[in-house]
Amino acid sequence: MATVATPAPGPSQAHATGRSRMRRILRGIARPYRQSHGVARFMLVAGTVLTTVMVITAVFAPLIAPYGFNQVADAGGERFGNHLEPGGDHIFGTTVQGLDVFSRVVWGARTAVSVVFLALLFSLFVGVLLGIIAGFVGRWLDRVLVLVMDALYTLPALLLAIVVAFLLAEYVGGGVTTAALAITAVYVPQYFRVVRAATVSAKEQTYVEAARAMGAGPVTIMGRYLLNNVVHSVPVIATLNAADAILTLAGLGFLGYGIQPTEAAEWGYDLQRAVSDAGAGIWWTGLFPGMAIVLLVLGLTLVGEGLNETMNPALRVRRLLPVVMPTRTPDQEEVAR
Amino acid sequence: MWWHVLRKAGVGLSTRTSGSLRTYLVTRLLLFIPNVLVILTIVFILMRVAPGDPVSVALGGQRPPEQIAMLREAAGYDRPIIVQYWEYIRGVLTFDLGETIVDSRDITEILITNGGATLTLTFAAVLVALVIGVPLGLVAGRRRDTPLDAGLRVFSILTYAAPVFFLGLLLQLAFGVRGLGWLPTSSQANAIMQARVSDVTNIFLVDALLAGDTEAFVDGLEHLVLPALTLGLLLSGVFMRIIRVNLVQTLRGDYVEAVRARGVSERRVVIHHAFRNAMVPFVTVLGLQIALLLGGAILTEQTFNWPGIGAQLVRYLGSRDYVAVQGIVTFFALAVVTVSLLIDIINALIDPRVRY
Amino acid sequence: MTEAVLSARDLRVWYGTESGPVRAVDGVSFDVHPGETLGLVGESGCGKTTLGRGLLGLLPRGAKVAGEVRYRDTNLVGLRPRELQALRGPHLGMIFQEPLTRLNPLLRISDHFEETLRAHEPELSSEDARHRALEALRGMGIPPTRYSAYPHEFSGGMRQRIMMALALVLRPSFVVADEPTTALDVLVEAQIIRILADLRRNFDTALLFITHNLGIVAEACDRVAVMYAGRIVEQGPVREVFARPQHPYTRELLRSTISLSTTGLHYIPGAPPDLVDPPSGCRFHPRCPEAMKVCRERFPQPMDVGEQRVECWLHGPDELIPYGGREPLIREEITVADEA
Repeated sequence: MATVATPAPGPSQAHATGRSRMRRILRGIARPYRQSHGVARFMLVAGTVLTTVMVITAVFAPLIAPYGFNQVADAGGERFGNHLEPGGDHIFGTTVQGLDVFSRVVWGARTAVSVVFLALLFSLFVGVLLGIIAGFVGRWLDRVLVLVMDALYTLPALLLAIVVAFLLAEYVGGGVTTAALAITAVYVPQYFRVVRAATVSAKEQTYVEAARAMGAGPVTIMGRYLLNNVVHSVPVIATLNAADAILTLAGLGFLGYGIQPTEAAEWGYDLQRAVSDAGAGIWWTGLFPGMAIVLLVLGLTLVGEGLNETMNPALRVRRLLPVVMPTRTPDQEEVAR
Repeated sequence: MWWHVLRKAGVGLSTRTSGSLRTYLVTRLLLFIPNVLVILTIVFILMRVAPGDPVSVALGGQRPPEQIAMLREAAGYDRPIIVQYWEYIRGVLTFDLGETIVDSRDITEILITNGGATLTLTFAAVLVALVIGVPLGLVAGRRRDTPLDAGLRVFSILTYAAPVFFLGLLLQLAFGVRGLGWLPTSSQANAIMQARVSDVTNIFLVDALLAGDTEAFVDGLEHLVLPALTLGLLLSGVFMRIIRVNLVQTLRGDYVEAVRARGVSERRVVIHHAFRNAMVPFVTVLGLQIALLLGGAILTEQTFNWPGIGAQLVRYLGSRDYVAVQGIVTFFALAVVTVSLLIDIINALIDPRVRY
Repeated sequence: MTEAVLSARDLRVWYGTESGPVRAVDGVSFDVHPGETLGLVGESGCGKTTLGRGLLGLLPRGAKVAGEVRYRDTNLVGLRPRELQALRGPHLGMIFQEPLTRLNPLLRISDHFEETLRAHEPELSSEDARHRALEALRGMGIPPTRYSAYPHEFSGGMRQRIMMALALVLRPSFVVADEPTTALDVLVEAQIIRILADLRRNFDTALLFITHNLGIVAEACDRVAVMYAGRIVEQGPVREVFARPQHPYTRELLRSTISLSTTGLHYIPGAPPDLVDPPSGCRFHPRCPEAMKVCRERFPQPMDVGEQRVECWLHGPDELIPYGGREPLIREEITVADEA
């Protein structure tokens, strides 16, 4: 019997598939926005706006911040002055050391966004990978991983982050990397659990069995079949984790375990300094960095909760639209007894 | 035979028709031991990840090298890792967590001395959270999708989004000396009062009561208000959200519909079926929040200069004192596991389905 | 004939959705008499469950009800919630489909009964309440020793019987049973059918039995109403309707039933219609083997044929059929794709 060789996809076809996948992804992102309604939609939209504003601030920090995060004097060498009230050149005032609060808030946004983004990327990667492997391979590897992850999960997040940061400080020194790695350690178990659970249930599906019967190797099965399934559970958790990670980072900074002040601006660190200011009634050094944290975390949480309400079938609410019943037309008259 | 029991427990709680409460409790207690071992092992490994030994790290550069070598030997850090592990486990089981490196204090004693303050704070915070969070959650769930519900949900998210130290800061600004001046913002009690009251239980309020010193007691309470409110607000948001979701799901449930079909009043349906059933998983989740509570306690203690275990942890972290940090972290980890056990037991008592 | 316990006239239940109102029940009329069991049959999605719930006012938010449901001089449609609530239990009862989740897992069976009884008879003593509950349970074959047990200690069949006892403990005159045996095995099903038959005999209860199983209807019901796309296309005594079905849909349904003598599978081509935008004229015309031209144009009139009532142009009235209306309807082949 003659075998027919399937022609390799021509360049136009490959181009088309690339574009349609992009379109599919975009449509997937747009779907929750279109499907949500009521409170969920409000949360989703408001959250997205807030988060976007913060991210833009972070990305364009050098353009937005009037001064550097470590700057105590202007271009002419003249010092700013300590504890200046908000107004004039310093719309948020200055700290006890003469640093411009507004600039520090803006630079702090950059620090927060980049550290958390990196950390979540790492933990997502590691967690998903380990989760799929554990779920798929099973047996002793699975048991050991589950045991370890559960133990890590039960430890208080901040405590774990502090301990890891404390330890890493010996190796790597304080700074962005330490903070990012500490936060990674905290969230890996989350992704691991969710992904492993999804993998375990997906593994039993008949289409996986069929794939195996056709001779698909484990990597193919994990990559092509299982990954798709588990991807759906991730967005909600990722946004909520991001919110939590911002808080953990700030907590680390507050305790002196995050970024060193000379390396970058960090909101938690600023708040630590502001506590002593509170006794003297100086409010602007703490209020603004604090508000920044609140807004970013609020934005991320709103997105996460909004997504959850829209996509989680247990919580979804059918949209109620008013019904107007037309009066009876002669075509449909009923004879009443 | 016991392995079979553990495997069943590992699979999850099943709803068997036969079996008694006693079997479940025994099984759960048996599970506690491996649980604890795993946690301790993890803590041990974490603490040993860094290079060098704890003594050199803490005191290197501060003491002459011969002294450091002596201290190391005395503390047992030159012995093989398995021996160290065994010493550690044995120490934990006998409540001996060793001595701090930098000031040679007995760690267990530190925990006892400062434990009372942390206990007071967390207890008061949970109370505040329950009083605020539970009723608001019930209201929000009942009036789902109304503006009131939306407002309450935003409130709950805000309490979570504001870091606990920011909340504390705001409260200090508002109520502290420079604000309204109503409440003190630092430490557990006035220094004079503290000197007056002798340490019997290490819990200041209780000791003040035992000594019959009402003025000190009131002073203690005044100092407790802001920190407890801060930490409590943080938790209340979480509680509120959980109760709300539980209530919404319960009200949609099949048995609620069946009860309505029998003409039972809506009020009774909501209170006796929905509220009660919504609270059941809440008890479990409450236990899960212990982690959040402890983390928040550490930060709150820093903010308000509250003399609890969290403050000690931060102090020894600053001195790079591994042993102290290890001891305190061990304590926290054990606390979490124990609370988890207690919650499971309480849950078994409440929910008739949880039996073997 | 005695006065009907429940009469529905031109009952409509519509839901609002994003594509338009779903006409789940679109003008339904029937009577149920004391001691009579009316079977309500139809395919999934024809609106029977909505109808059953709509009678008792157990519809979700967003459902709109119009028409008349007369229970002993009261119109249930438009009744205030509190008044309706007072009727549910002692006058109107409901037996649900899925028994496993219908009991509160935290409460004992005794609590369930006491709550129901006290809700309507607050001065009842606990002794009396217990007595009546045990009596109701005994009628269902549940022994008194299990009275203090929790729901999860019972099997599905037993839970359904407990649910029935709960629904009937206050002796309602009208009960809706929404596919009560669908989730249960055949033996338990037989038990329950027998219990319901006893009800009819002993207490004169009027029962609306919703099911998609024609066999049960034949066995347990006095009259039957066949529902399609939100309307009752045929109703009448069971014997008559099954022996001499007047509506093509009924005929097709009966032919599709599987029994030991079935040699080939018969099915009705096409799929149930979209209730947001139902077909014009008679809603069955796209799938009807005897469709005529008029069927697509005009909605059929309800006609009496003996003791049965049918909505089908095959039965006239001739004056209303325009010239040429009796010609067979030419449709496009219903392809497999349409079935999806």
